[in-house]
Amino acid sequence: MEPRPRSFYVLSTFFALFILFLYGPTITIGILSFQGEGGGLTFPMRGVSLHWFYDLFEQQAVGDIWGSFRRSFVLGLMVMVVTVVVSVMGGLAFRRKFPGSNILFYLIITSLVIPSILISLGVGLLFSQSGLNVHWSTSGFGAQLTWTLPFGLLIMFAVFNRFDKSYEEAARDLGATPWQTLRHVVLPIIAPSLIGVALFGFTLSYDEFARTLLTSGSYNTLPLEIYGMTTNVTSPVLYALGTLTTVFSLVIIGVFLCVALIANRRRARQGSDAGKGV
Amino acid sequence: MKKLRKNPAISNLLMVSPLAAVLFVFLVLPIVLIVIVSFWRATEFSIIPAFEFDNYAFLFGSPVTYTVFFNTFKYAAITWACTLSIGFTVAYYLAFHIRSQTWQIALFLLCTIPFWTSNIIRMISWIPFLGRNGIANSTLMSWGVIDEPIEWLLFSDFAVILAFVHLYTLFMVVPIFNTMMRIDKPLIEAARDAGANGAQILWNVIIPLTKPGIMIGTIFVVTLVMGDFITVRFMSGSQSANVGRLISNDIALLQYPSASATAIVLLLTVLLTIGILLRFVDIRKEL
Repeated sequence: MEPRPRSFYVLSTFFALFILFLYGPTITIGILSFQGEGGGLTFPMRGVSLHWFYDLFEQQAVGDIWGSFRRSFVLGLMVMVVTVVVSVMGGLAFRRKFPGSNILFYLIITSLVIPSILISLGVGLLFSQSGLNVHWSTSGFGAQLTWTLPFGLLIMFAVFNRFDKSYEEAARDLGATPWQTLRHVVLPIIAPSLIGVALFGFTLSYDEFARTLLTSGSYNTLPLEIYGMTTNVTSPVLYALGTLTTVFSLVIIGVFLCVALIANRRRARQGSDAGKGV
Repeated sequence: MKKLRKNPAISNLLMVSPLAAVLFVFLVLPIVLIVIVSFWRATEFSIIPAFEFDNYAFLFGSPVTYTVFFNTFKYAAITWACTLSIGFTVAYYLAFHIRSQTWQIALFLLCTIPFWTSNIIRMISWIPFLGRNGIANSTLMSWGVIDEPIEWLLFSDFAVILAFVHLYTLFMVVPIFNTMMRIDKPLIEAARDAGANGAQILWNVIIPLTKPGIMIGTIFVVTLVMGDFITVRFMSGSQSANVGRLISNDIALLQYPSASATAIVLLLTVLLTIGILLRFVDIRKEL
């Protein structure tokens, strides 16, 4: 191996600083959430305690955190499932041109770049003008899909751009029906990327704020609840909540990454059954 | 039915129908409705269907509008410059200086994980750092760089842009890294063999080949910043305004018609910007 150039060390330092910049603040509030009872929003730490975490579990201290967490979690799962299914179907369809495919493609791009507040405002107006009540599971759900679907579809486009069609042709030559080809050939091949789509679907929904602002109705999702807290809570209980939700997000990411890793391993182990039929 | 399924065009249409339905109900209809409502009239209590240009006339007649639009572009431009230079450097380091693929993936994941956590929490997490008695001020004071706390760290334009860079640099790193990974390594060796030095390779080979990634990153960052209202509100302590905040203020006052008019102007501005950027890149080819 050739020796590292000097630029390597300069760039390594830069990268380390970047990582510090990314994670530093989050770690800081992680530490500060263990602030002692008399402590404030910044250092110094006045002792170490779990006081602020206990506060979170007392219903009266702050709004309806656990209810909003439950709603966010359920909504995240709903958005995740729909994002995966609709993205796969869309990705499959977009492999061939069909009438309106260009318009639909530009709609997807529009959905991605449109300022979130327009979705919030528009969906809110749509529901109020048609006499429907906004609710996180209807209007909020749809508003979030306009954000997660473009990501899911872009991933699927990328996947199918690299997809080797000869597998499908082989399956068809062997007499598989279109459904069998999809079920036993295409889906297993694209399965690892579906984990990615699911991760995007869940986390983007779980953290979404702007698109649910006017569309979630009287029951808040967790980000809305947290935002509400920033205006009237000025104690480290805010940090405790931040730490908990961040830890929860990290656990979710960890789970998805593990599933992806296991899926890859299994595939590597069982990969080819060539010659086993003899 | 069987015949139906055999026809690829029709089966394709069936496959995209859920997608089309979602986008129609939650994207197209809302935009159409915003356009319609932007011509309505608002009283203190309700909004009344009408067809008048008052909202637009008021919007374009008010000097606030121009300041706010200027602010929006200012945030977008500064954030773009910062995220591009940081994002490009990070992507370049990952793509060309990390030699083992495992490390590459691991470090890349390390960069992307914050993207999947809550933006609001990430904004809140700057408070202990930037506050009047925060880490930055106390460190600088203990070093003797400053005598009294700097007031403009939190709740200022500086804080807004810092938060934007913190939140959105990822959107630059990912597409730039993606295009860099697809650059043929022999091309760079050929450049070196032909006598180019590191800077020349960077300028004449790598940057031109990374342009599509830069464009995609730019589209993400510019649209996210231009459409934002929450970061500006939170990090400026309600002292600065961009177009998004103008809209959200109107909404809070239930002035839906004027919010709609502003929203339509914002949407046109964003789409125009994207339209210009898309002339430089074919997104479908780059996926």
